[in-house]
Amino acid sequence: MIDLEQVRKVALLARLQLTPAEEEQFTPQLNSILEYFEQLSELDTENVEPTTRAIDVSNVTRPDQLKPCEALEEILQEAPDREDQYFRVPQILGGE
Amino acid sequence: MTSAAPVKTEYEAIIGLETHVQLSTETKIFSSSSTKFGAPPNTNIDPVCMGMPGTLPVLNQKVLEYAVKTGLALNCQIAPYSKFDRKQYFYPDLPKNYQISQFDLPIATGGWLEIELVDKQGNATRKKIGITRLHMEEDAGKLVHAGSDRLSGSAYSLVDYNRAGVPLIEIVTEPDLRSGQEAAEYAQELRRIVRYLGVSDGNMQEGSLRCDVNISVRPVGGEKFGTKVEIKNMNSFSAIQRAIEYEIERQIAAIESGERIVQETRLWEEGSQRTISMRTKEGSSDYRYFPEPDLGPIEVSQEQLAQWRSELPELPAQKRHRYENELGLSAYDARVLTDDRAMAEYFEAAVAAGAPAKQAANWITSDITGYLNKEGKSISEIALKPEVLAEMIGLIEANTISTKIGKDILPELLAKGGSAKALVESKGLIQISDAGAIEAIIDEVIAANPGELEKYRSGKKNLLGFFVGQVMKKSGGRADPKLTNQLLQKKLES
Repeated sequence: MIDLEQVRKVALLARLQLTPAEEEQFTPQLNSILEYFEQLSELDTENVEPTTRAIDVSNVTRPDQLKPCEALEEILQEAPDREDQYFRVPQILGGE
Repeated sequence: MTSAAPVKTEYEAIIGLETHVQLSTETKIFSSSSTKFGAPPNTNIDPVCMGMPGTLPVLNQKVLEYAVKTGLALNCQIAPYSKFDRKQYFYPDLPKNYQISQFDLPIATGGWLEIELVDKQGNATRKKIGITRLHMEEDAGKLVHAGSDRLSGSAYSLVDYNRAGVPLIEIVTEPDLRSGQEAAEYAQELRRIVRYLGVSDGNMQEGSLRCDVNISVRPVGGEKFGTKVEIKNMNSFSAIQRAIEYEIERQIAAIESGERIVQETRLWEEGSQRTISMRTKEGSSDYRYFPEPDLGPIEVSQEQLAQWRSELPELPAQKRHRYENELGLSAYDARVLTDDRAMAEYFEAAVAAGAPAKQAANWITSDITGYLNKEGKSISEIALKPEVLAEMIGLIEANTISTKIGKDILPELLAKGGSAKALVESKGLIQISDAGAIEAIIDEVIAANPGELEKYRSGKKNLLGFFVGQVMKKSGGRADPKLTNQLLQKKLES
């Protein structure tokens, strides 16, 4: 069961600002989502190897070949703020 | 540590290192942009490393090869099944708000690296440092500048994402290190290994090799570890050593005065030679790792592993052992020669061409190294072929030329190359070893210096050196020094 404290912690980690009303609202909602997934535990997985993936593909690699991106300007354009060729961001407290 | 105060002997430091090594691939770990250092800002970026929606990262096969080879060189087990994970944190150096790294199934685990410490007397002590794990991950971008907006007064940073997605391997040791010197030697040996393998340039100034230190102190013989402190921001091997020595003293002083050590990250300040506490970001240590859904797992086959293993060169520690045990070199010479792979291979080529190991080592570590330092060159750039060095040493061994003549002709050989024998012949520098010829010169010298002869005979025996010098001068340095000495003494006494 997820409680109010955990909702607040998840909100903090996800950088979400929730009102007290939202915190109250989301607690049962998150619980019902978790309960829904809990149904999976009804399955007998005794003889099933643990996996990290749903599809059976491994060792997908590419050769180390340079293909510079042509769309630099477009990428910079997508940013909310820029200064010349730099991305511009608010200063982070306690950062570098 | 020469500054060890008596009180220090009661404590021991427990040190582990986490090292990030940038792999020298052409392109990024999951995309085809360049990894070149020093490019104009945001010119080596692409939709994948910028985390644009709908893009798909694909692992660079060279990154896998380099990571596995480094794992093998560090005597690790290579995982039969390995995967990537997302490490979540919010910081503007990460455009995706997560870093692709490896969490619970790293590519390599459980290895060791041998360090060798040589003291002033030339005695070598060896120690195996355990390697906990080695994993692959992407580097972050760089916050390059901070200023404040003149209009609003609010502070901001500028970000360059050229480094985002540059391939790294992170290598974590067991807490096996006990001093700043051991830690610095570990870092140097690790750099030698990655350079020998050709997987990284190991350049600390450009950030290709970055060490974070975990350190705690405890009373000697204690079982429990003390509170661990992390130190960052050392960009040379000596800074690693000094930061650790400073931190050991700081922690001991804190314990002795009854303070509690706080678990924190501290920065090494090169200017003031001390570590300072870094403000920590609350809640930032909850990384919520989960398997990266965009990348498939890695299963290195036995055939592939055998192939990569067969491509490993002889590593610096193996060379040091062989030079000492089979070639009879001192620990010091073995260490100097093997520091750089090209120099070690030059030495080996000279020995293979017939040069006695000790003489070859002497020439390379003194005269040739002196020349390289003066000219700012590396050994692969000199014109003197190792076979010619062997030839020149052979001429000295056979008494065809003196060591002095060898030293005289070396600069020309280093700069222009060619055969040592041909040069000696064309310059008429072949040593005069014929007693009759040397006696003739001696007679001339004695005849020209009657005053000195008289002084010598009346007891000023140290004038022998003067006569030797005169004979050498007259012979153009070609007279066999040993024979000259013998003959001169005989003549002067008669």
